[in-house]
Amino acid sequence: MIQTDYPIHHGDYTRAGEASADIKRQLRQLGVGSATLRRIAVAAYEMELNIIIHSLGGSMTLVVDNDGIKLSSRDEGPGIPDVSKAMSEGFSTADEVARGLGFGAGMGLPNMRRNADQFEIESVMGQGTQIRMLFLLT
Amino acid sequence: MGEKRFHSVQLDKDKCKGCTNCLKHCPTEAIRVRGGRAHIINERCVDCGECIRICEYHAKVAMTDKLEDIFRFEHRIALPAPSLYGQFRHVGSIGIVLEALTRIGFTSVFEVARGADVITRAVKEKLKNPDRPRPLISSACPAVTRIIQVRFPTLIPHIIDLKQPMEVAASIARAEYAKTHGVAPEKIGVFFITPCAAKMTAIRSPLGHEKSEVDGAISMMEIYGHLLPHVAEIKASDMTTSATPFGIGWARSGGEADAAVPKNSMVVDGMDNVIRVLEEVEDGKLRDLDYFEGAACPGGCVGGPLTYENKYLARNTVMSLMDGLPPRHPQEAVPGSVLNKYPLYFDKPIVPNGSMKLHESIANAIERMEQMNAILDRLPGYDCGSCGSPTCRAFAEDIVRGYCSETDCIFILKERLKGMAQQMVDISHTRRE
Repeated sequence: MIQTDYPIHHGDYTRAGEASADIKRQLRQLGVGSATLRRIAVAAYEMELNIIIHSLGGSMTLVVDNDGIKLSSRDEGPGIPDVSKAMSEGFSTADEVARGLGFGAGMGLPNMRRNADQFEIESVMGQGTQIRMLFLLT
Repeated sequence: MGEKRFHSVQLDKDKCKGCTNCLKHCPTEAIRVRGGRAHIINERCVDCGECIRICEYHAKVAMTDKLEDIFRFEHRIALPAPSLYGQFRHVGSIGIVLEALTRIGFTSVFEVARGADVITRAVKEKLKNPDRPRPLISSACPAVTRIIQVRFPTLIPHIIDLKQPMEVAASIARAEYAKTHGVAPEKIGVFFITPCAAKMTAIRSPLGHEKSEVDGAISMMEIYGHLLPHVAEIKASDMTTSATPFGIGWARSGGEADAAVPKNSMVVDGMDNVIRVLEEVEDGKLRDLDYFEGAACPGGCVGGPLTYENKYLARNTVMSLMDGLPPRHPQEAVPGSVLNKYPLYFDKPIVPNGSMKLHESIANAIERMEQMNAILDRLPGYDCGSCGSPTCRAFAEDIVRGYCSETDCIFILKERLKGMAQQMVDISHTRRE
């Protein structure tokens, strides 16, 4: 089993994409096929950016074992008030800074769900959000 | 490990000092220093020429043809890349360079800039198809196509399935010459005058099509000395360029986008920058962009490792030459019928290269990565290159692949020696009982 943890800080745009790049590098070395790798690349980047933009900070974890590729995230809050609303396309609460940088199209969570083979999200206000994605090895 | 193929960048063993400069600059980690000399991992090398540029001992060379090689053909066509014009500062006209080529042994000249004009038209047609994944990625720089094959296999569907201007120019040149001179096409030798090693590789091992229309490539650096006296001597020439200024503009980065996709395209030059932006394309960030023009060399082809003149000056010269031409666009200059007359399109899929894989089976690759990570934890993380691998991570990978051992790391070796020295001290203190 391979596990790598990536701490992600709120508002740290200078490092945006670094965790995703490392995830891609590892999966390429493992020989994950192009079609799957592409889906993971998009989902991983959205996951990383979501933590930077919306959370108070948190981490991402990559696990690769016989079940497949698991990407999960947990953050320290603030939590999502209405998860089903946040899951709808085009809905975004991104702040001015993020929008100014071209984010906040409201496609983050929908893109993750669309690209993952399994997608789970749990959020508790005041505690934080956890997301788990599974990508099957074909 | 991937396909067996020719690649153009090679090591001159006698000149290599075994330093680590090239190691650090290779974008695909394809170089190792072992036994005091650099080695190139063929499957990974994309022939970008970074190592040729960086090696102060000139130990990295490009395998290109010699000028005398053209004489094995009865008929000899030169295909000058437009960057060649930039090598001659204050040259009065492009015609002078073309005429100089006929004086050193070529029986005819056909400009690659004309091939670029044809490709410009073809790119415009391709952009009309909205089903292709965006951004479309230019196939003009062979080192960029290779790095996608090695490092960004997920982006292969983005590569526009058009041959390089050099190939198109060769097809047209050969066909036209055969017709006007009434000779068999195979009696004609077509030689590209190249600014880089990657084009040589593209001729010997093409991507996207089986065989190249070009018979060989001569380095600009080599041909420069032959051409210079003639360029200096010819005051005016009856020969003139048949390309548009847009086609000639392909010599420098941005020229292709200027001609084919002036709006909503992105121009990136230099291998580091190309890689950085391709990461973003892979993450799905740039889907709203139509076209990506990438060049491995800073400044585009005028910055090629086999050019003579510095790229800033060469760019300047090319732009002055463009200014002197009537502002015709390829859309008017190239008849639409040309697009179906010559083989412009890929006829063979580009397949992922796979040389980064730790093992063919994912289960075994996972096992190797676990071992790699365990080794990496013990390494100092200085990425000094003394072991001969470019980074500590690459070193850990090399150990797992069985190419070296942990004590090749100078810091681990020091620790071990310290332990041994301590043991000796301890032994020397034991008393005779």
